[in-house]
Amino acid sequence: MISVSISDAIEGVYLLTIVFFVLGLQRMSSPSTARSGIVAAGVAMLIATVVTFLTPGLSNLLWIAAGIAIGGALGYVAAKKVAMTDMPQMVAIYNGMGGGAAAGIAAVELLTGPNFSLTGGLSVAGALIGATSFSGSVIAFLKLQGWMRQRPIVYPLQQPTNLVVLGAAIVAGALVVGYSGTFLLPFFLLALGFGLLMTLPIGGADMPVVISLYNALTGIAVAMDGFALGNYAMVVAGTLVGAAGSMLTIVMARAMNRSISNVLFSAFGAVEETGAVVAGAMKPIEPDDVAVMMAYAQKVIIAPGYGMAVAQAQGKVKELMDQLESRGVTVKFAIHPVAGRMPGHMNVLLAEAGVPYDRLFDRDEINPEFPTADVVLVIGANDVVNPAARRQGSPLQGMPILDVDQAKNVVVLKRGQGKGFAGIENDLFYKDNARMLYGDAQATVGQLVQSLKQLKD
Amino acid sequence: MISVYWAVLYVAVLAGFTGYEVIRRVPVLLHTPLMSGSNFIHGIVLVGAMFALGTATTLSEQILGFVAVIMGAMNVTGGYVVTERILEIFDRSKAKQGPP
Repeated sequence: MISVSISDAIEGVYLLTIVFFVLGLQRMSSPSTARSGIVAAGVAMLIATVVTFLTPGLSNLLWIAAGIAIGGALGYVAAKKVAMTDMPQMVAIYNGMGGGAAAGIAAVELLTGPNFSLTGGLSVAGALIGATSFSGSVIAFLKLQGWMRQRPIVYPLQQPTNLVVLGAAIVAGALVVGYSGTFLLPFFLLALGFGLLMTLPIGGADMPVVISLYNALTGIAVAMDGFALGNYAMVVAGTLVGAAGSMLTIVMARAMNRSISNVLFSAFGAVEETGAVVAGAMKPIEPDDVAVMMAYAQKVIIAPGYGMAVAQAQGKVKELMDQLESRGVTVKFAIHPVAGRMPGHMNVLLAEAGVPYDRLFDRDEINPEFPTADVVLVIGANDVVNPAARRQGSPLQGMPILDVDQAKNVVVLKRGQGKGFAGIENDLFYKDNARMLYGDAQATVGQLVQSLKQLKD
Repeated sequence: MISVYWAVLYVAVLAGFTGYEVIRRVPVLLHTPLMSGSNFIHGIVLVGAMFALGTATTLSEQILGFVAVIMGAMNVTGGYVVTERILEIFDRSKAKQGPP
């Protein structure tokens, strides 16, 4: 006769949880099913958490409940309150929390003393990766939140230093499992230090890649902890995220035509390009003239970038779209994969403002359409529309861009005359068909809307 | 009978391929919620943190376990709420499109 113990029942629940996780991710392949997917995964997670309380031999139950209440409340309130423009840093910080939790679990395992075994080794690896992901994500959060400067922070011998810190962390970790627990604190300090130091030289525009990478790393740390604890739900969920996050990281790095090591180690954007001379002059234009230009156009393509998010201009951009469409102008949006600070950042912001997502087009979809566009309005984007990417020797060389310069007219809405994140002069601004519209994106798009309304009368 | 570690390793490798295959189909449009959603899924770390605190005996173990539970809980709730909020937007934007 087979008897089912409480442990078997818990395992069964974990197994079902995993099924719902995979189904949840699978449903993300379409906007119409995505929400139901995450809700199902959420319910599964809730049930898994509740049944964990029933684990035989578990003590400190009140403390566990208190910890969940505190962490849950903090996470809930912060996530509810944050504005959509600030989502990238929220993803970064919650990911960091996951990494920290993974490191903490491993620390508890390692506190039991030297354990020269597979599980001991996995705990050390999980702790190292989790702690790196924690401190790295915190730095990413601080940079994106603007509490720390976004440009890469560089100093001499930076990468060798980081390598030494990583090496020392690995040695300390080996000593923890093989020799003595006294190395535990130095090990954690080195691991945390490595995450911090590694993220300092990475600039704001590269953060999408970095957040995605740390997301993958946290997943891997969770999987290793799961291995050490004998919790296979953690192994599967962690590996799932590790694979998904790695894939996303590669996709994004490829969208910038850069390798992941280039993103991580080259301090891209630390030095401004000098010596490149671009012929021509920047030609300013007034909002009224732009309004007229667009009002009598057949097709207008809008290319948004991080500047639109900073100025919170997406609502006005939606109004602009409505005004133009009411005049019979076709309006499309050109979304570069790495525009903004998170993959798909622009999609989220524009969707929130009410732009239907069938107006949003990928770089590859929209590029053939630029030659037939009467007006392209670039809002707060710079490097992703810079034709210097086609020029030999430019730091952007080879980066696939939006070919906005092929349109009949290009209007670049920009706060000032400064360079983009990469610190590279933008050839686009000097083209004959380009006009510069200076000002705050929200206010200026608002003016365009007003001018268009007046044109109607 | 092979060691259970091998069995888990097989499972992990297959899970990796599953993750890759599932994610490959997600359009760029949904990459933000995908990242946030996978962030939520590694929130399962909370279960491990509960286990770590639940089996902790010394004070330092308990403190570390407690901190891990708090962080894990933040990961879960924050990750879920952020993802849900983003996906809600896509739901609304679909509704506004109206009938074709």
